[in-house]
Amino acid sequence: MTTPLLSLQGITKRYPSVVANQDVSLTVLPGQAHAVLGENGAGKSTLMKIIYGAVKPDEGQVFFNGQAVHIRNPQEARKLGISMVFQHFSLFDTLTVAENVWLGLDKSLGLADVTGRIVAKASEYGLDLEPNRPVHTLSVGEMQRVEIIRALLTEPKLLILDEPTSVLTPQAVEKLFVVLHKLVSRGCSIVYISHKLNEIRALCSACTVLRGGQVTGVCDPREESNASLSRLMIGAEPPALALTPKTPGAVMLSVNQLQLATEDPFGVDLVSIALQVRSGEVVGLAGVSGNGQRELMWALSGEDTRADHAVIEVAGQPAGHSGPQARRQLGLHFVPEERLGRGAVPTLSLAHNLLLTRSEALATGGWIRMGMLAEQARSVIARFHVKAAGPGATARSLSGGNLQKFIVGREISAAPALLIVSQPTWGVDVGAAAQIRGEILALRDAGCAVLVVSEELEELFEISDRLHVMAKGRLSPSLPRAEATVALMGEWMSGLWPGNTVEATHAQA
Amino acid sequence: MLKLEARPEASKLWGYASPVLALFLTVLVGVAIFMALGKDPVRGLQMFFWEPVKSAYALGELMVKATPLLVIALGLGVCYRSNVWNIGAEGQFVMGAVAAGGVALVADATTGRWIVVVIVLAGVLGGMAWAGLVALLRDRFNANEILVSLMLVYVADMVLSYLVYGPWKDPAGYNFPQSKTFESVTQIPRLMAGSRVSVGLLIAFAGVGLMWVYLFRTRAGFAQQVGGLAPAAARYAGFSSRKALWVALLVSGGAAGLAGALEVAGPIGQLTPYVPAGYGFAAIIVAYVGRLHPVGMVFSAVLMSMFYIGGELAQSRLGLPKSITGVFQGLLLFSLLACDTLVSYRLRWLSRRA
Repeated sequence: MTTPLLSLQGITKRYPSVVANQDVSLTVLPGQAHAVLGENGAGKSTLMKIIYGAVKPDEGQVFFNGQAVHIRNPQEARKLGISMVFQHFSLFDTLTVAENVWLGLDKSLGLADVTGRIVAKASEYGLDLEPNRPVHTLSVGEMQRVEIIRALLTEPKLLILDEPTSVLTPQAVEKLFVVLHKLVSRGCSIVYISHKLNEIRALCSACTVLRGGQVTGVCDPREESNASLSRLMIGAEPPALALTPKTPGAVMLSVNQLQLATEDPFGVDLVSIALQVRSGEVVGLAGVSGNGQRELMWALSGEDTRADHAVIEVAGQPAGHSGPQARRQLGLHFVPEERLGRGAVPTLSLAHNLLLTRSEALATGGWIRMGMLAEQARSVIARFHVKAAGPGATARSLSGGNLQKFIVGREISAAPALLIVSQPTWGVDVGAAAQIRGEILALRDAGCAVLVVSEELEELFEISDRLHVMAKGRLSPSLPRAEATVALMGEWMSGLWPGNTVEATHAQA
Repeated sequence: MLKLEARPEASKLWGYASPVLALFLTVLVGVAIFMALGKDPVRGLQMFFWEPVKSAYALGELMVKATPLLVIALGLGVCYRSNVWNIGAEGQFVMGAVAAGGVALVADATTGRWIVVVIVLAGVLGGMAWAGLVALLRDRFNANEILVSLMLVYVADMVLSYLVYGPWKDPAGYNFPQSKTFESVTQIPRLMAGSRVSVGLLIAFAGVGLMWVYLFRTRAGFAQQVGGLAPAAARYAGFSSRKALWVALLVSGGAAGLAGALEVAGPIGQLTPYVPAGYGFAAIIVAYVGRLHPVGMVFSAVLMSMFYIGGELAQSRLGLPKSITGVFQGLLLFSLLACDTLVSYRLRWLSRRA
C-alpha cells in the first residue's frame, strides 16, 4: 500500500463554546482528489485550517508523507507543499493580476519573472488570464483563477479548495474541473470541500463526511447515491417541497426600465431593469453575485432612493423615492443577505431587533411596551424554531442559521404583501434551509408576492414559479421554471440571452 | 510576546465593576504620586475623597461642580451612543454662556424674574447653534465632526474674549476684561440658603430621567442608537442617519449650552475670560466612566467633581501644582480604558517561535 500523502489521526479541536472537531481522521493518497463533505458548521473549515497551519489542534497528529509534522503556520504548510484556495478571495482590487500574485510569493523574484511564470502556468493548465489586467476588472471566475495560479506557482503536492464553486456559473465550474482533473493526473492531491453532491461525484474518488465535528463516513462518492450521502451528512434526507400550480394575482412589484449608476467605485450600474412580481408567485433571480444584485436590492428595499419615483411601483404606488419605512407601509418587507449588522444589530437583543422593521409593540408617541415586545419576540422564536436563549439573547449570540430564521420570521410574521429575500439560505444548514424554503412557499400560497435572489440554482428551481437571470447589471427576460435548465441558466448568467445587446466576451466566464 | 486575545464572552459583572476597579487603580497610582512628591499620601487622599464630602457646605460645593458636568455628559451620552463624536462641548458651553450672558446684560433692576427662563433658553439655543454648525458642516460637506467641534472650541473662546475685552466690557470695571456683574434678578434660583446649589441640580436630575426614557423606552431613542451600533441596519430599517446626526449634535450642544447658562447666571454671575473651566472636556470622561448610562453618569459626575475640588485643595493646602486635577482625571480615564480592554480581551503570553 502506498504511503498516504496526508494523514490526520485523532484530531480534536475545542473552542470555548463548541467542539469543532472530535477525533477526526482523514487520509489522502498521492494523486487523489478527496472530498470533505458536510453541512455548514460541521467542522470542515476548522479541519482545513489545521492542515494549513492556521489553527493548532488540541489533540491528534498530522502526518505528511509518512512523517509526523507540526505545522505551525501557513508559511510552513507552503514549504511542505500544501496550498489553499479560500472561498473568499484575498486580492487587492486596484492592483494587477501579476502584482497580486507577486505579493503572495517570496520576494526573491522580480515582477517580470512572476509575470512570465504566470503566463507559463496559465498556458500549461489552459487557464486563460492576462497578468496585466487590474483585478477589479475581472469576473469572479477570473479572480478565482488568480488565486489558483498563485497556489500553483508554489508547486503544491496538496491543494485545498474551500467551496470553490459557490461563486461560479455552471460553465465556469466545468472549466475549473478541467484544470483540477489535469492537476490530479499530474500527481497532485486535492482536498475538495463542498456540500454539493454532484460536484464531488464528478471530481473525487474518495470522500470523508463530517457531521457535528465527527466523521460519519468514509466512502467512494461515485458508488453512493445522493440519498445515502445526505443521510451521512445530515442524518436524514431533506423533505421534498411541493410547488402547487397557482394563478398569480395582481402585480405587487413593478420595475419599469430602471437605470441606476452605482455609488460604489467597484459596483455595478443597473441597466434598463424590467421586472414584475405578482401576488401568489415566487420569482427567482439567479446570477453570480456581483452582477448588480446588491445594487438592485438597495433600490428595491428603499435603502437607495435615487431611482425615479415612478420607475419602481409597490402595490401599484410609485415608490422610487420612498424610504424603507414608507415601502413597509405599502406591504414590502425585505430580508437582506447580510444578517449581522444589516438585518440585525449584533449587540442588541432579539426583542429590540424586532423594532427595526416592526412597530406592533409601540404605543402612541413611539413608547416601547417592553412586555409586548418580548412577547412578540417569543412568538417569532417559537413559530420559526429559532434556537435562542430567549427574547433577551443578543443577535450575535445566535448561529448564522438561527439568526436567519429569526430575521426571515420577523419579516414573514409581518404578513407582507410583497416579500423580497436575498440569499435566504446562505450559510444555513440543510434542515433550516428546508424550513425557510417551506415558509416562503407557504407565504406564496397565502397570496404574497415573493422575489428571491439566490446564487444557488437548485434552490431557485425548487421554489420559483418564474426565473430571471442577472448579468452585468442587466436583467434577462423571465422564464417559466419548466423551461429553465442548468445549461440555459448558465449561458444566461454570462449575459447570453436572446436580445441582450451587450457583447458577452467580458461577461462572467 | 504579549498578545491581546478576544474573550469568548465578556463578563457582565466586570462590565459594571470595571469603573470601580479603575477608581481603585487611580487611587493607588495617586498614592504613589503623592509619595514621589514627598507629600503625605493620606493627607493627599483626604483632599480628594474626604474634604469634598465632610460637611453640608462642602457637599453643596460638590454638587455645584457636578451639575454642569452631569448636564453636559447627558447630552454627550446621546451623541456618543449615536456614533457622533462631538468633543467640542466646551465650545458649546462657552457659546451657551455667551448667549445667556447677553440676555442677562439686558436686564436691569426693574426686570421681572421671568428673565431667568429667557436666559436659560438663550443658553440652550447658543449651544445648539454652535453644535448645529458642526452638524451642518458634516451634513453638507462631510467635514469630520471631531476636528470641527474641537476647533470650534477655540473659536468660541475667541468670541468670548472679543466680547469681554470689547463691546461688553464693564465701563466701571477698571479696564478688567469682564462684563458688569449681572443684576440679581438674573440669578438662577438657589435651592436653599447658605449653599450655592441651584435649581440647576434639579434640572440635571430631570435630565437623567428624560434621557433614560428617551434612550431605553422610545423608538426615537432606539433609532438614534441603532445608527451608532450598526449603520447598515439603520439604513435597512429606514432610520435617517442625517436626522440622527442633527439630533445628536443639537441635543449635546443644547445640553452644553444649558450648562453654560446655569454657570454664568449662577455661581459666576458675569462674563469673564475664565468661564471656560474645562467642564466640556471633563464631561467626556464623565460620560465614559458612567458607561454612557444616565444613572452611571450621576456617579461619575460626582466623582469628577471631587477631583476638581480635591485638586484645588491640593493646590492651596499641599502646595501641589494645578495640573494635579488633570492628572487624576487622566489617570481615571486611562485606568478605565485599560480595565475595559481587559473585560473583553485577555492577555496571552506567546513564546517567540510561534
